[in-house]
Amino acid sequence: MSTIENLSRRTFLKGTAALGGGFALGLILDPFQPHPFYGGFIGSAEAADAAPPPAIPPPTATLSPNVFVSIDNMGTVIIVAHRSEMGQGVRTSLPMILADELEADWGRVRIEQAVGDKIYGSQYTDGSRSVRHNYERMREFGAVARTMLVQAAALQWGVPAAECRAQNHKVVHAPSGKSLDYGQLVDTAATLAVPSVKQVTLKDPKDFRYIGKPLASVDLPDMLVGKAVYGIDIRLPGMLYAAVEHCPVTYGKVKSFDASEALKVAGVKKVVEIPQNQPPIVFNTLGGVAVIATNTWAANEGRRKLKIEWDYGANAGYDSDAFRKDMEEATAKDCKIVRKEGDVLGAMRDANKVVEADIYVPHFAHATMEPPAAVALVKDGKCELWSSCQDPQAVRSTVAGAIGFEEKNVTSHVALLGGAFGRKSKPDFAAEAAILARQLALPVKVTWSREDDLQHAYYHACNAQRITAGLDASGKVVAWHGRSVFPTIWSTFEKTDPEYGHKIELSLGYLDLPYAVPNIQLENGKAKAHVRIGWLRSVNNIPNAFAHNTMANMLAEAAGHDPYEFLLELIGPDRVLDLSSTDYWNYDQTYDEYPIMTARLKNVVRLAAKNAGYGKKLPARQAVGLAVHRSFTTYVATAVHVKVDKDGRVSVPRVDVACDAGRVINPDRVKSQMEGACIYGMSACVTEITAKEGRIQQSNFSEYPVVRMPDAPREIHVHIVDAGNYPPGGVGEPGTPPFAPALCNAIFAATGKRILELPINQGKLAV
Amino acid sequence: MPQHLTVNGQAYEVDVAPDMPLLWVIRDVIGLTGTKFGCGIAACGACTVHLDGVAVRSCALPVSAVAGAKVTTIEGLSAKGDHPVQKAWLKHMVPQCGYCQSGQIMQAASLLKLNPKPSDEDIDAGMAGNICRCGTYTRIRAAIKEAAGAKA
Repeated sequence: MSTIENLSRRTFLKGTAALGGGFALGLILDPFQPHPFYGGFIGSAEAADAAPPPAIPPPTATLSPNVFVSIDNMGTVIIVAHRSEMGQGVRTSLPMILADELEADWGRVRIEQAVGDKIYGSQYTDGSRSVRHNYERMREFGAVARTMLVQAAALQWGVPAAECRAQNHKVVHAPSGKSLDYGQLVDTAATLAVPSVKQVTLKDPKDFRYIGKPLASVDLPDMLVGKAVYGIDIRLPGMLYAAVEHCPVTYGKVKSFDASEALKVAGVKKVVEIPQNQPPIVFNTLGGVAVIATNTWAANEGRRKLKIEWDYGANAGYDSDAFRKDMEEATAKDCKIVRKEGDVLGAMRDANKVVEADIYVPHFAHATMEPPAAVALVKDGKCELWSSCQDPQAVRSTVAGAIGFEEKNVTSHVALLGGAFGRKSKPDFAAEAAILARQLALPVKVTWSREDDLQHAYYHACNAQRITAGLDASGKVVAWHGRSVFPTIWSTFEKTDPEYGHKIELSLGYLDLPYAVPNIQLENGKAKAHVRIGWLRSVNNIPNAFAHNTMANMLAEAAGHDPYEFLLELIGPDRVLDLSSTDYWNYDQTYDEYPIMTARLKNVVRLAAKNAGYGKKLPARQAVGLAVHRSFTTYVATAVHVKVDKDGRVSVPRVDVACDAGRVINPDRVKSQMEGACIYGMSACVTEITAKEGRIQQSNFSEYPVVRMPDAPREIHVHIVDAGNYPPGGVGEPGTPPFAPALCNAIFAATGKRILELPINQGKLAV
Repeated sequence: MPQHLTVNGQAYEVDVAPDMPLLWVIRDVIGLTGTKFGCGIAACGACTVHLDGVAVRSCALPVSAVAGAKVTTIEGLSAKGDHPVQKAWLKHMVPQCGYCQSGQIMQAASLLKLNPKPSDEDIDAGMAGNICRCGTYTRIRAAIKEAAGAKA
C-alpha cells in the first residue's frame, strides 16, 4: 500500500491556511509495495491532501493458470501487461487479445504492469513485434483460463462441459439456461489441472469481442488529468535529484574536475564521478560528473558550475560533413556484394538510358518528449529501479552489472514512457541512477536535460547511397545497382568495432528491394562509427525507403511514364518475392509465415492513390507524391499532397496512408500510429544531427526543429486493409519510411526540383 | 527565502531561490507531476500551466514572478476531468504516449478562453509552441474544434 508521509516534516514545503491544521499530506509510494491499482506500476503523483485509497476486500481464492492472467472470486480479471507503453497502445492491445479469448467483460479487467522478469518471456518492446510475437500466446493464455472456468461450471452443475460455454464473464448452460459469473467459478476452477494449450480451442475470429474494435487506451483517462505516471514522475521519500555532465565528445574521459563552486549552490548535496566505460559501450554508462541536489533545478545549476577537464579521446575529430564525403567516396567504388541476380554491369552497358543518384540521409536523434529519466533505490543489498524503459530485463541486467549486484537483487519497474522510438531500449540512464543511489544510500532520480538527450543519443546512422539503374528502349528497368554505406549499430555492441552493415540492418528495406528487375546488384561499403549508433523508429528503413522510392520516381521521369503506373509496373507481377539469392532477416519471423507479397504491396499503393485522388488536376505548385515500403512485415503506402509556395515553403494539406498490417487488434491505435509516423517521417525531412570537432551541434528544439502544428499535415487519412486472413504485422514503425520519399516525390511533381538529401532545403524550392 | 504561490487554489510557502523556475517548484517541491519537463527553454510547451487563466511556460518562469497570481496546473483544470477540452481529448482519443498532452490541453484551454471559435490558422498560431513527438496534431486540431463547438 501507499505510504502517507507527513510533508510538514520536510523543511522545504509548508502548506498554509488553505489546509486546515497547517500541514499537508502527500501520498508517496512505498517502493517495496505494489500500488493497489497499478501493481508493479508505481504511481506517485497524488499530491497534497489525497485521501488514502479505499480498502479492497482481500479475495479468498484466485485462479491463476499462468503469469499473465488471474481472476479473483469477486470476478475481477487481472491481466499483466508485460510490454512497455510508449503511445502505441500495447497496455491495451495485448490485454484485449487475452480478454477476448477469456470472454471477459472489459469493464471488469484490470491491467497490471509487469516488472522485468524472464518468466514473461521477452519484454523487449521494440521492433514493432509485441503483437506479432504475442498474439497467439495471449489468445492461448486467455483460452486456457476460459476452458478452466467452463470446466468448473460443468462440475458445479454436474453437466457435460460440452453443454456449457463462456459468454461475457459468465459461463452459460444452454439447455437449462443457468449461468454463473466468473467470480462464482474461481473456487472450483482453482482446484483443476491447468490444461495444455493443445487441449483448448481458440475462438473463431468471427466471434471476436474486442479484437478489431477501436477500444480506448486504458491509460487515456489518466493522461488527460495529469495522473499518468512516467519514469520522470516517480517520487520516493527522501529522494534526491541528479544531473550528469557527460563529455561533449563520445567516449571522452574525465581527467579531473573541481566541484567547489557547484557545491556552493543552495540545495546541492554532493558531486560524484560516474565511471566511464570503454567501447563497446552497449548500454553502459558514458561516464561523467553527477551533481546531486534537493531538486532538479539545483542539480542543473550546480552542474553549470562544474569545472571539468576532459580527455576528449579518439572521436574529437568527428566531423559529420567530412564523414559524409568519405561515405560518398566509398559509394563510388566497388563495395561488398550483398545481393546479386543476373549481370548488372552487362545489362547497364546494354541499357538504353542510365539514371544515377547519390542519396543522403543524416543522423537523427529520437528526441522523446520525456527525456531519459530513472529513479533508483539501493537498500539492504537490493536495488529497486523505476524507469521509462522499453526492456525492463535489459535494465535489470545493465543495472546489475553497473553496481555489481546479482540480477535477482535488482527489481526493474516500468513506468509509462513519454515517447521512446528506440532510445529507451538503451538504459544507460538507469545505470547512472543505480550507481548514484548506491553511492549515496538514498533514492536518486536522474533526469537528462534536452541538451543531454540530443547530444548524447544513440544516433540513427547517417547513410550515403549511390543507385545506378538502366532502362531499356521501352522504359523497362533492366538493371539496378545499389551501394549503401553507413556506420553500423553493431559498432556500439561488438568488440571488433565492425565497419560493414549487419545482416539485420541490411534486411531493413535494402536487401528486400521489391522491384521486378532482372539484374540486381546490391553492395555495402565500410564506415567507422564516431558516435554511439543505435536504432531509431524504423531504423535503416528510413534511408532505404527514401532511396528506393526516389529512384523509382526518377526512373519514371526518365522513361516518360506516370510515376504511379510506373511504380506498380516496377513492383511487377503478383508473387512472393524471391530472396533466396541473399541472406535475408525477416523481422524475427519465418519467411513462410510472413513472405513479402507483391500483390499486397501494390494493393496499398492503389488504395493510397485512389483515396488521395491521384491524377486529379491540381493548381500550380501542388501535387500528390507516392511511396510504398514494406517493413516490420507490414505494407504501407503514403500519398502526400504538397503545396510549395513561391518562397519554397512546403505545406501538406492532406496525406493518405494505406496500411496492410494483416490481422489488426485495435484499429484506432493502428490509425494513430500511422498518423504519428507521418509526423515522425516529416520531422526527418526537416531535422538533422551534425557533428564538428566531435561535438553534436544541435542542443535543443531550437536547433532540432521537429514538426509542429502549423507545419504538420492538415489532414491525415488512414485506410486499413481488411487482411485478417494474414497474421498480425508490426505497426509502430512501418508508417515512417514512406513519408519522406512520398513528400519529396510530390515536391518534384509540384516544382521539378529533385530532392536527394535530407533535410529538405526549402530555400532551393523558391521560384 | 520563502516564496509564496497559489497552485490550484491552494496557497503554498516554499523555501526556494526566487529564480527557481515554477516548473521545478510544482514538480519537485510541491509534488504535482502532471506538468512536464521537455526542454527547459520554453520551446516545447510540455510545461504549460495557466497563470491567472492564461497559458505560460513554467520552465522559464521564475517562481518569484508568480507571487499573487493564481497558478493552475493540469490537475486543477477541472475538478472531475470534465473540462470541454479534456472531454474532446477523450472523444478523439488524442494522446499516444500522453507526455506532452498536459501542456497541449492547458494551451488549448487557454486558446479557447481567449478565442472561443478559433480558425485553423488561429489553432496553428495558438498551438505552435507545443511539440508532440508522437504526432497527434490532426487529432489535437479536431478536438479543439470539438471543444469549441461544445462551448458554443
